[in-house]
Amino acid sequence: MPGPFEYILWFLCTPFEVVALVCAFKRKAFRRYLFLNLYVAASLVSSLARFQVFHHYGLTSSAYVYFYYYSDALLTIFLYFALMSLYSYVFDELKAERLVSLMAFALLVGTAIFSYSVVHQASDKLVSRFVVELSQNLYFVGLVLTYLLWASILKMRETRTRLIQLVLSLGVYFSLFAATYALRNLYPGMSSLLQALPPLIACFLPMAWGYAYWRLPEEARLVPARLAVVPR
Amino acid sequence: MMAAGIFVFSAAALLQFFISYCRSLIAASSKQVLSPEVKDVTGIQRFASGDDFKRVMQLLQLCPESPEDRNSVQAIGAYFGLLNLLRSTLARVVPSMRVWTDSERGLCAYFAAVALERRISFSRDMLAQQMDG
Repeated sequence: MPGPFEYILWFLCTPFEVVALVCAFKRKAFRRYLFLNLYVAASLVSSLARFQVFHHYGLTSSAYVYFYYYSDALLTIFLYFALMSLYSYVFDELKAERLVSLMAFALLVGTAIFSYSVVHQASDKLVSRFVVELSQNLYFVGLVLTYLLWASILKMRETRTRLIQLVLSLGVYFSLFAATYALRNLYPGMSSLLQALPPLIACFLPMAWGYAYWRLPEEARLVPARLAVVPR
Repeated sequence: MMAAGIFVFSAAALLQFFISYCRSLIAASSKQVLSPEVKDVTGIQRFASGDDFKRVMQLLQLCPESPEDRNSVQAIGAYFGLLNLLRSTLARVVPSMRVWTDSERGLCAYFAAVALERRISFSRDMLAQQMDG
């Protein structure tokens, strides 16, 4: 049976996902940021399903581990498309939507091929290894793409406060995940300790997005150069 | 080797995103004018000092929190800690950094005061709903 810590992990994140969706609905931002909200909704459904699995089998069971990583890979793909939708918002004046979609799809396929090339020599659990590898690589690709998006925001002097906060919170989220996965590869002995981090990190995104929907009106503006670590 | 490279890049990006995210939270709240009531309680008028932060955070903890604000207050708390670390290390060598950290710490305190204002108003709303119910 799962202990109190496992239940706390689950209870921590799920309410924030509900809050983020409610905030989006109430502030009429659900359709505007559709892909972001679809990701949060998918994450909520996945949290409920994960809870069912670990309630029956426990956190250390292979059933939970399999379910966790398979659902995580799917969610990462959802988040990848959410990131691409943010690209569309930033570049909407350039009418580059089609180009962004094509590049996003090509990069996703490229990441999948690269992930397969890394794991294809494994004799057992090929699909599982592929799913974990794809997920880790997508977090890193997501981080690089978010970094490029942030650089574009600074370069193009994008001023929409809500959009800026959505992008920056996604950057924090991707970099936390990419750093955690890299640490797990560097120190495999610490993997049990580091395994507890992803569910905690996952709480950050719905909290930050809920805040951005609730507290910042769509028309709020700021000067992005003021936010850069290195003054421009 | 590759994992180490990914870790270094991720950690550097995390630091950059985190600082920019916190500054975007601060920038959004810095336009808000404090009510006379909160000005009295916190002692902050138009500009806050970094030394006010701890006191305002203590006041914040006395009020019931709203779920959508929790993340931002924690993030600014962590940012304030980072600024304190910079102030006691790098800023001792680079004087311009001391000016910057002091200014940022003051903005963190102002953000906390704005959060306090929101929590007071949230508590009032909750009380009013209970009275109506």
